[in-house]
Amino acid sequence: MSTKKLTVSALLVALAMILSYVEVMIPFNFGIPGVKLGLANLVVVTALYLLGFRQALLISVVRMLLISFTFGSLTALVYSLAGGLLSLLVMALLSKIRGFSVIGVSTAGGVSHNVGQLLAAMIVVENLNLVFYVPVLVIAGVITGILIGIVAKMIIPSVGKVLGTNNK
Amino acid sequence: MKKKDIILIAILLCAALAGLLATKTFFSNDGAKVVITLDGEVYGTYPLNVDQVIEIQQDSGYNKVVISDGCADVTEADCPDGICADHAKIRYDHETIVCLPHKMVVEIQGGETSEIDVKTN
Repeated sequence: MSTKKLTVSALLVALAMILSYVEVMIPFNFGIPGVKLGLANLVVVTALYLLGFRQALLISVVRMLLISFTFGSLTALVYSLAGGLLSLLVMALLSKIRGFSVIGVSTAGGVSHNVGQLLAAMIVVENLNLVFYVPVLVIAGVITGILIGIVAKMIIPSVGKVLGTNNK
Repeated sequence: MKKKDIILIAILLCAALAGLLATKTFFSNDGAKVVITLDGEVYGTYPLNVDQVIEIQQDSGYNKVVISDGCADVTEADCPDGICADHAKIRYDHETIVCLPHKMVVEIQGGETSEIDVKTN
């Protein structure tokens, strides 16, 4: 790992942490428990496109660990790991397929994040009836995913120019 | 936004809407159930909104449960006291008809709650 890559990754982790924190501060409620904007996903998408899968994975995991230990709890960590890892995996696979733009990738990421969290919740509370919640979370994931995707599409080229690592 | 993005979003939204519709039609409207228990074991579960007659023949005796017009009732029984057959129709959540001699319990589950809190005789 080059010094530049390390520094950029650290910067992105810090940014993701701030965004997670800001998200908690904004009284932005959809009226449905468990539905959030997922601002931190913006950083993960950007990292995936500019630095590659391994770096994005690293940033995502470090962010989740730090956020859970500072603001959340251990159960929160389980949920965010399940959502974050599944989401990153789906986004990485989808970004390899031709014909999907950042918006499509981010939408799939948003949806799989929600589904991953729900799967974790189903295992933790041992209640399969949570399945009925999936459609709501899919719709929420699509909406937030599109929003994040639009922003990511705008910032990725400029961030890439600054970093000089726009190899994708 | 590319063509595949739109297709992906459309598929996801359609699947979610289909899921919502499916849960609405198959799960939310099945409503109240009539649960019949014999000696502590569930004998059968029947929807309260479907009219039917359930005849229960045990070694200890015979009971006839009739579900009609959203009510469950024990209409015939050969138990010595006949309390279950005399009992009024039941329709609200957790209401029960018990036939002690035959160890039979008819209970409404998941129905509407009665507007009456307590009834004294």
